[in-house]
Parts: sequence; structure tokens; C-alpha cells
Amino acid sequence: MAKGMFVDTSVCIGCKACQVACKEWNGLAPEPKHFRSDPETRIVADNFTGNSYDNTETLSATDWRHVRFIEQFNEARKGSRWLFSSDSCKHCTDAGCMNVCPVKAIERTELGNVVIRQDKCIGTKNCNRGCPYGVAKYSEVSKTSRKCTLCNDRIHSGLVTACSKACPTGSIRFGDVPELRKIADSRLAQLKALGETKANIYGYHEAKGLNVFYLLMDKPAVYGLPENPKVPQRPQDLPRIPRVGALDFLAFGMTAVISFRERGMKDADNVSDNESDNRN
Amino acid sequence: MIMGSNMAECHPIAFRWPLKAKTEHGAVLMHVDPRFTRTSAMCDIHAQIRAGTDIAFLGALITFVINSERWKNDPFFSEYTVNYTNAATLINPEFKDTEDLNGVFSGFSTDPKFKYYDNKSWAYQRQAAPAPSVTEAKTFSDMLLQRVPGRPKTDPTLQDPHCVFQIMKRHYSRYTPEMVEKVCGCSRETFLKVAETLLNNSGRDRTSNITYAVGWTQHTVGVQIIRTAGMLQALLGNIGRPGGGVLALRGHASIQGSTDIATLYHSLPGYLNMPDGRKNHVTLKDFILTEATPQSTSYWGNYPKFAVSYFKAQFGDAATKENNYGYDYHPKITRDHSHLPMFVEMMEGKIKGFLCLGQNPGVGGQNARFQRKALAKLDWMVVRDFYETETSAFWRNSPEIKSGELKTADIKTEVFFLPSACVPEMEGSFTNTQRLLQYHEKAADPPNDARSNLWFTYHLGRKLKELYAGSTSERDWAIRNLLWDYGPEPSDVAQWRIKDEPSAYKVLKEINGYAWSDKKPVPSFANLKEDGTTACGAWIYSGVIPEEGKNNSARRKADNWISPEWGFAWPANRHIMYNRASADLEGKPWSEKKKFVWWDQNAHTWISPSGEGIDFLLTKTPGSTGKDNGIGFDSLGGGDPFIMRPDGKAWLFAPFGVVDGPLPSHYEPYESPVHNALYNQESNPLAKVWKVAGNPYHLVADPKYPIVVSTYRLTEHYLSGTMSRWLPWLSELMPELFCETSPELAAETGFKNGDYITIRTARGEIEARALVTRRMKPFSVEGRTVHQIGLPWHWGWQATARGDVVNNLSVLVADPNVTIHEGKVFTCNVRAGRVNKKGGAA
Repeated sequence: MAKGMFVDTSVCIGCKACQVACKEWNGLAPEPKHFRSDPETRIVADNFTGNSYDNTETLSATDWRHVRFIEQFNEARKGSRWLFSSDSCKHCTDAGCMNVCPVKAIERTELGNVVIRQDKCIGTKNCNRGCPYGVAKYSEVSKTSRKCTLCNDRIHSGLVTACSKACPTGSIRFGDVPELRKIADSRLAQLKALGETKANIYGYHEAKGLNVFYLLMDKPAVYGLPENPKVPQRPQDLPRIPRVGALDFLAFGMTAVISFRERGMKDADNVSDNESDNRN
Repeated sequence: MIMGSNMAECHPIAFRWPLKAKTEHGAVLMHVDPRFTRTSAMCDIHAQIRAGTDIAFLGALITFVINSERWKNDPFFSEYTVNYTNAATLINPEFKDTEDLNGVFSGFSTDPKFKYYDNKSWAYQRQAAPAPSVTEAKTFSDMLLQRVPGRPKTDPTLQDPHCVFQIMKRHYSRYTPEMVEKVCGCSRETFLKVAETLLNNSGRDRTSNITYAVGWTQHTVGVQIIRTAGMLQALLGNIGRPGGGVLALRGHASIQGSTDIATLYHSLPGYLNMPDGRKNHVTLKDFILTEATPQSTSYWGNYPKFAVSYFKAQFGDAATKENNYGYDYHPKITRDHSHLPMFVEMMEGKIKGFLCLGQNPGVGGQNARFQRKALAKLDWMVVRDFYETETSAFWRNSPEIKSGELKTADIKTEVFFLPSACVPEMEGSFTNTQRLLQYHEKAADPPNDARSNLWFTYHLGRKLKELYAGSTSERDWAIRNLLWDYGPEPSDVAQWRIKDEPSAYKVLKEINGYAWSDKKPVPSFANLKEDGTTACGAWIYSGVIPEEGKNNSARRKADNWISPEWGFAWPANRHIMYNRASADLEGKPWSEKKKFVWWDQNAHTWISPSGEGIDFLLTKTPGSTGKDNGIGFDSLGGGDPFIMRPDGKAWLFAPFGVVDGPLPSHYEPYESPVHNALYNQESNPLAKVWKVAGNPYHLVADPKYPIVVSTYRLTEHYLSGTMSRWLPWLSELMPELFCETSPELAAETGFKNGDYITIRTARGEIEARALVTRRMKPFSVEGRTVHQIGLPWHWGWQATARGDVVNNLSVLVADPNVTIHEGKVFTCNVRAGRVNKKGGAA
């Protein structure tokens, strides 16, 4: 049974406990780019961005989790929203990173999580380009690519992931994917009934299903998630030049590509991979 | 309703419960706050109000409620209000309201040197005093029995113009939605949405909760803001009932515990008052009669037992009836010794030494420049912390050293820095917001020389006692006879490197109380005696160790409701205080849905199937009346749930106990950009101010300082940063000081997002990165725009996340009841660009 996580962004409070718990459990260094050197304390944080409360900005080889802050305010401050969402590796069913690794250093365990074997990775960075979500990142320190393992060591010892353990509100839930989907479906129905018409679930169909999937309060693009993630199937599929629309589809062959704009109008259960033909 | 709190950011763990209420039970969450925070983001309604206008908003809610058709027609509200609050009580006809005296109450002293209220005219009208039940006073309790006052006079129809309800109604008559719009800058529609939601969710079947934190306490009217919430909840019947109440989120871990066990200067453990040289406290008898007589008809009628047991716990065998249980040797206070005046006296050179434990006033202190300069006047200072805090480093690299205002060579303060242990490196208890004691075990030895604060305090006391052991001087009696028997328990320390760690269990046992003869713990405060046969450190905690070796605070059995076997909630495992009010006058549950504690007619006792401790005398029949000449529970009737009040009622009107008025009134903050639209009196007439060099104040509507500033905290850092800014993982989440401003202010002033800006007050000047966001909003007040900025105050010049000290801007000014500063609102000015570094910034 595939293990995964359901990230209910509607109850995320943007506390970043998941980011810290991830670093603590996985022994991840502070991101070097975030600091300048200092004679007394060696390093001093120097990464203020001015982008809401987000100072870490992106996933990296040392930041396997990242909380986004999305401020939706008009000048009159009517209908204001501040959305939070904790992002990480999605552990895709069709994992682009695995598909493009020339040395097969990326493996899927029997629990469905996708792990970059640090003893096998030779640092081609193919996975960095092959991931439609920009998750895997090359580390100049280890000379390998690194990313979230779904706490491979923990989940194989019967524990939940560190991020879900630390999450104070239950925004990140770890469990069996089918069970998590049930929870997600009922939460979505609850929100729809409360008039949250924009609420949607991201990750049932993308990349043939994401083991880490999301309940979003707005369109995926608002959260920086591609509405049509393009999953390369072979190393040759990796983009070398900027790509244009329909050519991608041909290049990647059979992919799980769904338009959420359209799907939002339909019953989620009726959506099949074939509908990807309807995009554009 | 969350108001005066940014719960999601500052209490993220506790915030899971409101979210659970919302997602699983359909609760409506409302946030009333000057800023749009991570809390507002999670709430259904956000009402944005100008900082410091909370009483105006809450007072208008009171007016809305009592004038609503529902409140007037639903018998629940009248039954609760007439019987369980003092709405019907008649007040001295000489009482004059702020409506009569334009902003002050009767009894206001006009002495410009010492402003105070004489509260005689606020008193209840009373029947004649009863004939005492005892003629000869053998005990302190007998003396209280001889002094029982007459019962308060009431008008249950609430029509008498001198009754509390009518006085209150007049007092708030001008607090209307229109006034809210004008004073708070919150639209009438939004206000009404909040008001209707609160009213609709209160009553027999539903309860509403109000949650606050330091967003209410840090005002010159802090106590009165909280009182207004208490009044509103009493009028809505939301006190003593599940899902109701006014919940005080505490500023940090175990602040509740350090209030209970009295790190406060004016309080002994368990909320007994500190012996005070200014009051009639000459002898133990004077002390007890002065403190207990006004409240003897409440459960405080047991004051003599609590007080004598406290002194017995302090001095043990040496405490005897003959020597007043050592009372004469116990320290007395002589004035306000709280933090702010202590630093003023430090600056004056009156305080020579300073033990700084768990505190970083060099960053967290109001007017921090003043406080750091005061540290330079000390002879010695001991700082115990994890890292070299700004307070401990002030003498070598503070902004004042860098600017040349202070020179290291001239500072005589000898600084001792002692490394302290972290929580997992020691055993002990936390007391949380809910008064719940939770015990934690030691998980590891602290590294190197780091030791717990318990270790430090115990061994410091032990060594001092050794030094005084040979003294024959009368004045050294207290230190010689201080009971100090918390020595290490061999079985506890066996597995650890540190063998001289004192026993936290022994401390908690003394707090719980025990019989002096056999040293067996008392199971309850009801077992305490006034004859020196029991010792008890803090009566309210009695029951935490009901028998030897049984530590109720270490219990870990949870259910999905009250969880009576999870930890221990003082008093007597009562999680919801005054829970007799969860039943009606006859003792029946108000409704099936909200039943909690009720009277079992057959068993002739109060019951609570949830396992909740019952905050009432179990056998007191609902319809019974108390004895007119009794004290404690004898005086209270079966329909008096508020057992700590001398009339058993929730106080809408406070005849005593609050120094700055019996009813909360809207006063502007001490520093406000606008005049008070409600009264001639601008700010709290009794606000504590220190007109000393280095602490200048801004005028009301001072054109030099037109912008409102609030200081606050973020999730990513903890207080002054001692526990967070040295950790790179947390530092990179919030790397440096920033200032939240609206785009409107940015455009007006000429800066952009991410630019450095300079914020200035008469106390100091700092620079910060601008975080320009529409979450901040300008307010329209009296036809002009009032800008407000926000400054999180976590940073200092040490550690791996640095920034200027925000409290260089703030000022020493405080609430008159509790001397808490006004960090939530003062005035400033803002300009684009960085500080000229010689100006004193970090």
C-alpha cells in the first residue's frame, strides 16, 4: 500500500514547524545561501526577501520543505485572504526524476516513496530538470542531488513523517494514500458546502497521481503548481530549449496531464487521463 | 472570538483546538485585531480596529447585547444575569459615572502628585451588619466572623437607577456601532456581524468563548479591557459553562505557574497578598484582617488557613503561634517593585545587584536603551541563560558602547554569566493557560557547567544559609530558619552525571502542602488549618500530590473531553472555574447540549459525570441561602456560583479591587495620534508614568509622531530570541528585523518593499527592512488618516539573526493595576533610509 501525505492547506497556519522538523530529523544544514559570514558567530542570516513571510523562497538541497505565503488583498481589502501551503516532494506515481536518471540512482520503495540513493547518485542533475515541480536539487557539498525521502527511515520503522508529526493543526497528514483520499474528499465536500467554490484537490491525476497531494483554496497556479505537469519519460525527453505547447505533449508521449481549470467544472471521478487531449 | 491575541502565530500548538472546532464542529472563528495576521487568515470574520480601541469595541458589544430583542426576551439571559451577576446590586447613591464627570468616576483625587481613586462611593448598599455568631475570638476565623458585613441590597427587577445594570447601561449608552466606526475605524457592518455572531452563539444551547493574550494586557488599560470581556461573557451567560469563558493565553511557557507561585512582587504564592509596609500589615493579625475581611464571605474566608500554612511552609519548626508563625521576619514590600520601577531605581543607583534568570531586558525591556544604561549602574549582575544574551553582553558591544554613550572601561558592573540547562535537561512542571500542571521528566544531563535554575536557586540558598548559620542577629532569623529541604534524592540522581540536582518533587510536595506532624501530603486545600499543624506553599495547588509518591501532574490519560486524568488543573482539578454556573438556579443543566455540572436530587449532591472537579460545595442545595453571619461557604447560597467573590456573583461592576474604575471606559493609549472622542479625559487618568531623564513621552496628537506602532512576536522566533536567534534553522526563517507597513504609508513616505526605513521616537531610533503589505491598513479616524505600523521585536545585536532592538523605541508607561507596559500601542515617525549609526542603533 502506497504511503503518502495529504496536505490540507485550508488549515495550514504557515508556522513552518514542518520545515524545521524536516531539517532536524534529516540533519539538514542551514541553507548556505541564506547566510553571510561573521567573525563572532561564524554565520549571520542574511536572506530577508520582502516576499510576505517567506524568506527561504524555494526547495533546495538543504530545504526539503518550503511553506508558501500568498497574500490576496485588493486595495479596498475586501475579501482578503492570506493562503499558506507547505510544499515538498510529491512522490509522483510517474516520477520524472526516476525516469531521467541515467544511473538509476532514484528508486521507489515498496511504500511508494521515491528516494535518491546517495550512494548511487553521480550528480548528473538530470532529476533537477526532470522534475516538473523543481523538487530535486543538486548539492555542491555532497556533489549529489537531494530531496525529501518521505522520511524513508521513519516510515520503514512504523513512524509518521517528521513534518506531519510536527504539524500542529493536522494540515499535513501521513498515511495510506486511499485513506488520505477519503479524508481529502470529505474535507473538500465540506468546504464546497461552505461556499468555497475555488477549493480543489491537486494530485489525484497529475503525474499519474501524487502520493503527496493537496487541498488547495485556489487554482494550482496560485500556489506555483503547474496545472499541466509535464513528466519526462526518458533522459532524452529533458528539455534543452524553451518548449511550446502541443510539442511537449508529443515529445513526452503518454503523460498524465490534466487541466484543472476544466476539471473544476466536472465531477472529479469522471476525469480520466484521456481528457488531457482536451487541453488548450 | 480571538481579540488581543495572534493565537495562530504565538500559540500555534493550542490553535489546533479552534481549528478543530471550526472543521469538525462548524464553529465560527472571529478575529478582532489591528493587523491581518496568520490568525486572521484562519478566521471566518476579521474585524480590523485601530490599536488601543478595544474597550470602545467591547463596550459597544455590551450595549448591542443588552438592547437586543433576543437578550431582552430569552429568559435564559435574565435568569443568568439577575442571579449569577451583580447586575441587581444597588450601588452607593453618591456614585458618579464617567458620563456625569466627563471621563472620570467619583472619588478621583485631584492631587497632581498622587493620582488615585477613593472607592467609597463605588460600594454596595448594604443591610445592617448581622449579630456576630461568636462573642469571643479565639482564632483568626473567629475575628472574621465578628466582622461580617450586611448583605448587599438588590433590585432583581433591574429597574432601580442605582442598580449595577442601570449604571452599566448608562455608562455604555454612547458606545454604539456608529461610535465604533468613528473611534475604532471598523465599519458598522463588520462590527454588527461580530456582535450578531456572538449573540446568536450564546444562550442555553450554545456558548461562545473569548480568547486573548498580551494584545490585551500590554495597554495602560489592560486590566479594564479584560474586565470588559468578562462583563460581556457574564451578560451572555458564557462563564462557568463548557465552551465559554475568557481564555487568557499566557505570554510564554509556565507564565501561569510563575504567577501562581508568585514571581510577582506584590503577591505570595496562591494569590495571597504580599505583606506591605504601606498597609495595616503590622502583625499577622493585621495582615489577615486587612486582606481577608473584605472577602471573608467568599471562599477567601479560609484566608487564615492559607496564610498560616504558607508561613509554616517557609519557616517550619521555627514558625510557632507565639512568634506569629514567623510573620514578623517575612519581608514586606514598601512600594511598586515591579520590573519598570525597578529599572528606574536601578538607573538612580538604588539597586546594586541583579539576578537575571530567564529574561533578556536588553532586548525585551521597554525603553531598552534606558534599561541597558541602568544595567551599567549596578555593582553586579548574574545572568543565567543558554547563550550570551544582549543583556549579558551590554558592557562590551551594546549600541551604547558602539555610539560612545557608554564606555566599557567606565562600567563597574561585574557580570557573572552562568550557563543554564534547557527544559529536557531538568525535571519539573509547567502550568499552562488552562491552569493545567503538566510534569516533565529529565531526559539528559545538561552539558558541562550548565545547570537548572532549580539547582542554582537551591544551592544559592543553601550557601547563604551556611553563611548566616552562626549569626545571632535578630534580623537574620528568617534566613537562618528558612525551611530549605529540597536536597537531592539519591534514587533520582543515580542515573545522572549531576549528583547534586535538588528534588523537584520535594518542592512540588511543599507547594501542595502537608501535615506538619507526619509530613503526609494534604489531599486538598480543604484540609489546611490555621493553627500551624499544616504547611502549604501555595494552597491553590493542593491536590497535585494528594498522597506521598503520587504526582497527579504526571498523569497522561486523555479522553476526548475534559481529560480529568491528564495532568492536574488547579484548583482541585477544576478545568472550568465557577462551573456551578453550568446549571440553572434549581441546579438543572441549562440544556442537554451544554450539561456539565448539576444537582442530583436523589443523591443530594452536585455531580459531574465528565470527571470534572466541581467548583462548589458538593452538598450545598441549589435553593438554599447562606448564613447572614457566616464566612466562606457558610455565607454563600446554593445559587452563588462565583465563590471567590464575597457576594458569590460575577462582577459587572467592581466595587473594589480595580484601582482605575468600577467600569471599563475607553481611554486613548498614553501616546495616541488622536484625541479621545468619548471623554475629555484623554488616557487612563491613573496610568503609571516615570517622568525621568531618558524616558520622554510624546504628546497626544503629537504632530512629530503621527504614526501608531504595535510591537509583537512571530511564530519563527521566541520572545527576545534567546531560544531561537542562535539556531540557524530558525534564523533563516526570519533573518532580520522588518517593519510591516501599508502600501499607502510607503507611497506617502517614499519607500519600497525591502528598503531600509528608519523608525523614530523620542526614546530612540532604529532601522528595519520594510515589508509593505496590504495586510496593514490605514484607519480613518475623525476624518483623517491614521497610519499604523507593526514591529516584531525579536532581534538584537547578538546571535545568528540580528536586527535593531525594537524596544529602543518604546517607553516606560504602565497599567495602574499591574504595572504592565503599553507595548501594543505608542506613537512614532517613519522615514525612508537607514539610521545614522552614531545615533545609537545596533
